[in-house]
Amino acid sequence: MAKITFITTGKETITLEGTSGSVMQLAVDNNVPGIDGDCGGVCSCATCHVHVAKEHLAKTGKASEIESDMLELDDHVNEYSRLCCQLEINEELDGVVLQVAESE
Amino acid sequence: MSNESTKNKICVVIGASHAGVNFAFSLRKEGWEGAIILFDKDPILPYHRPPLSKAYLTSEDGIDKNLLKAKESYEKDAITLDLGTTINAINREEKTVILNNGKSQAYDKLVIATGARPIIPPIPGIDTATNLYPLRTAQDVENIRKAFNASSKKRVIIIGGGYIGLETAASIKKLGGTVTVLEREERVLARVTAPEMSSFFQDLHAKNGVDILTRKNVVSIETTNNTNIINCGDSSNFEADIIIVGVGIRVNTELAQEAGITIENGIPVDETACTNDPNIYSIGDCTYHFNPHYERHIRLESVQNAVDQAKVAAASICGKSTIYNTIPWFWSDQYDIKLQMVGLSQGFNQIIIREEESENTKFSIWYFNNDELLAVDGINNAKAYVLGTKFIKGKNKIDKSKLADSSVPFKPANLLVS
Repeated sequence: MAKITFITTGKETITLEGTSGSVMQLAVDNNVPGIDGDCGGVCSCATCHVHVAKEHLAKTGKASEIESDMLELDDHVNEYSRLCCQLEINEELDGVVLQVAESE
Repeated sequence: MSNESTKNKICVVIGASHAGVNFAFSLRKEGWEGAIILFDKDPILPYHRPPLSKAYLTSEDGIDKNLLKAKESYEKDAITLDLGTTINAINREEKTVILNNGKSQAYDKLVIATGARPIIPPIPGIDTATNLYPLRTAQDVENIRKAFNASSKKRVIIIGGGYIGLETAASIKKLGGTVTVLEREERVLARVTAPEMSSFFQDLHAKNGVDILTRKNVVSIETTNNTNIINCGDSSNFEADIIIVGVGIRVNTELAQEAGITIENGIPVDETACTNDPNIYSIGDCTYHFNPHYERHIRLESVQNAVDQAKVAAASICGKSTIYNTIPWFWSDQYDIKLQMVGLSQGFNQIIIREEESENTKFSIWYFNNDELLAVDGINNAKAYVLGTKFIKGKNKIDKSKLADSSVPFKPANLLVS
């Protein structure tokens, strides 16, 4: 079980609980605005872009090469960027805060 | 159109797959306050189609792991899902749709997102073949899985060497089947990629134990005691326990046509996804639309087109000024290869192949029409895909010799001609 908090571009805070699956799926299932997951979570579209709160980077780990490359599609990419379809929900993610990236 | 004026209006959507579902949620997001009713003849909660030939086929998961949206999401946004219902007709004068149970549903705005259906070619013997399936719906995959599990010899013949055929071949091979692909043309993916890419996929499948046989035109199928014999025009024949047909789709335009909308390679729509009836929009696989970047009309069979056109239709119905203008993109996963494609390569007169230094397969094919970059295919090469996307959008001029040279670091500064 992990509590994951999303901060939307509209400054709304949404905290969700998940047990399994990807963070993107959790967001999409709960209509979190700004997280679309158009490709269904296979790292092929970059519409699930989040910025991990600095203090939680250790919880999420680093992006893979393909994920880092795909993130470059988005002008709002920075060192805290992740595609949340690549974040699997598990206990380590409990308490993580994710800022939804601005859309193009 | 102000928010207030949509409160008592009804938007009806025919088709609840990628286009229809994304449209419904986008419409709500754009401020539509009235009813949104989504119809689909498939009784299952709307699901992602790409995994059907990939991870869904190879896993034992139920379709509930591949839903487009959770059931609760529709309720939260007050989107009515009417599943397992076929729309029989559209009455444009009365602005109603007629359901297969005889009832009618009024609309203020109608969106046709009927998509396409797989072609089952009129091959003699195809109707009496055993375990013959297309691959378009979750039910198709259920049927394939069941037949595969029940088969002792697991000899699977796939008719068609397009994306569906190739992905399915990889998946069935992963499950332990003996797979052969029969492609009618002289190479696979002939319509959409360069010959070099066709060869790459031919070799990839061969390395994985799947035979891809080209120039094989299936002329008849004979079935005795649950074994099929597929006969080809060159007199070769193949035994199959299971046959999967992936030879393309037919666009579902009948409803629109019967309602008096002129059909041309699909349902024609303008840059706001509107048909020539101001109250009827159309989105997704079934539309024929103008692409401003490539300056021609196209019909696209892709998730990207469905999703992006849905957003444009939703915005325009809510009175926002927006036009459909994107660079098409696509992906295909087979074995450990991820193919990502951006742009439309038709009309290319030159390709540049860039091979990356890597222990694994990693390269890209860049399609040019003289100096104009039309499209990029990346194999395990997201960087090429992303750079290609940026360069195509920006209509950038590229230094082709540096592009071809993988010792030149893969950055815009190094590759663009200023």
